[in-house]
Amino acid sequence: MRKYILQRSLAIVPLLLGISFFAFFLINIGPSDPAEVALRVNETVATKEAIASMRMELGLDKPFFARYGTWLTASLQGDFGKSYITKRPVFDEMSKAFPATLALAGISLLITICISFFVGVWCAVHEGSIGDKIVRGFIFIGTAMPSFWVGLLFMWLFAVKLNLFPTSGMDGFQSIILPAVTLSLTYICTYMRLIRNAMIQNQQENYVLYARVRGLKERTITKHIFKNSLQESLIALGMSIPKLIAGTVVVENIFAWPGLGRLCITAIFNRDFPIIQAYIVMMAVLFIVCNLLMDIICAFLNPRIRQGG
Amino acid sequence: MNFWQRLKSDRLAVLCIGIILGVLLLGIFAPLIAPHDPLQPNLKVKFASNSLEYPLGTDQLGRCVLSRVLYGIQNTVVLALITMGVTLFIGAIFGIIAGFSRGKVDEGIMRLCDVLLSFPSELMILAIVGMLGPGLANAVIANIAAKWAWYARMIRSLVMEYADKNYIRFAKVSGCSASHIMGKHLLPGVVGDIIVLATLDTGWVILTISALSFLGLGVQAPTPEWGMMLSEAKNIMTTHPAQMLPPGIAIMVVVAAFNFLGDSIQNALNPKHNQPKAVVK
Repeated sequence: MRKYILQRSLAIVPLLLGISFFAFFLINIGPSDPAEVALRVNETVATKEAIASMRMELGLDKPFFARYGTWLTASLQGDFGKSYITKRPVFDEMSKAFPATLALAGISLLITICISFFVGVWCAVHEGSIGDKIVRGFIFIGTAMPSFWVGLLFMWLFAVKLNLFPTSGMDGFQSIILPAVTLSLTYICTYMRLIRNAMIQNQQENYVLYARVRGLKERTITKHIFKNSLQESLIALGMSIPKLIAGTVVVENIFAWPGLGRLCITAIFNRDFPIIQAYIVMMAVLFIVCNLLMDIICAFLNPRIRQGG
Repeated sequence: MNFWQRLKSDRLAVLCIGIILGVLLLGIFAPLIAPHDPLQPNLKVKFASNSLEYPLGTDQLGRCVLSRVLYGIQNTVVLALITMGVTLFIGAIFGIIAGFSRGKVDEGIMRLCDVLLSFPSELMILAIVGMLGPGLANAVIANIAAKWAWYARMIRSLVMEYADKNYIRFAKVSGCSASHIMGKHLLPGVVGDIIVLATLDTGWVILTISALSFLGLGVQAPTPEWGMMLSEAKNIMTTHPAQMLPPGIAIMVVVAAFNFLGDSIQNALNPKHNQPKAVVK
């Protein structure tokens, strides 16, 4: 087991390097010169001399790989440079917005897990019943509805019409409910379907047939099936945690939630490159680490994987 | 039964194909069908309710909502299909080259794909739009860049299946050039599978493009686009909530049609998938 974890952890190092290189490369192939952008956003006239001195200040006059090296070592120490707009360190801006996004994503994840596991298992057990059919209809509508539309409809119904929740902003526990429900809706649909289908497929395996022949109770058999279907769902869940955090972009913008997604979109409009870069690297690292954790959890659950790996 | 017969016998699939074709035709012939100019503001009739002249009413600038939804097809659905086409084209080129040549070229292309796919595609799109700046062309480029690697990988594995067949070997022995074999013998073999893969993803592309426009990163005002229209409707939500309905329903119907069709195609391809094994109860 220890060998497996070590192997997997070492395997992500080249991947992390590749991603950091990619994020750095993207800024440099962009059509606009970062030095010019840095001047423009502060409403300084971009004369040739000003651009030249800004290039010196940002270190843009050095060769590409030398700059990459400097940037990488600084990033590893948590120094992502300064925002062009506020002139504050990017790290401070990010850590100020991070808790809001984490709270939103965390509550959405909780809602997603609770509802999708419960309903998914119920549907698999009662496959073909009216309830199952209603849920399947709901799943199809849910996956086709864009989250920004759902968000607007929720906002209109619960905030404007019924006046139950605030329309936007972060102000107490009540304000997180609408964004969290909106965010989790797509994922609920995906997972309900995943768990339901995984369980139905498992019902046709030989071990279920054997359990029935032995005369075990339906409840016990369902428990067996559930455990065996869990692995697939766990992997998907691990993959989607960073997706959930990336998905907060749209929801945060609708509900004016002061998190990372809103920070990133504002940065895109302001051409504030250091923030965009830091956001991308952070999300990518999060994605890889989550995948690694899920691989390890699955190896704990299923001995076949760790012996093969 | 072959694939097409199975697909035809699936009523839902036929309905979805009908909806998609109908929407496409409406989009292509929008200039003929639309009752008004979608860009022409007319402040005298702003927020008009449903009437014969304005079947879906008018928006905050007095523009005909029906005309805007119809023209929006061009900017949403047609654009998504074009995006899909280019993505497939690039993916197919790299996939076929990788699958056919093997060795170092294959290794290089696949490692590049690995790095690209280690990003979630939503993040990749945001990264590229962030670097290039907001705009329709950049949103399309971002979508293509985020997805081609996935197709390259899928198409490579399809090509690997064909590459060992006797007719390819025969072509090699008889001295056909590599490009001739790839274009004339391998591409036709995999093209059907590629189209199926694409159908599964088109709904997703429509959602992404309209989400980008909603955030202001894609299509810019006053161009009629469904995500853009919803973004405008958001500002007048408290007074005129009905403005949110036409573009939202339009997106939902089209995306649902593509999703259903994708499922039906998958079932038609693997009929075994649906038939349960013998279950003793």
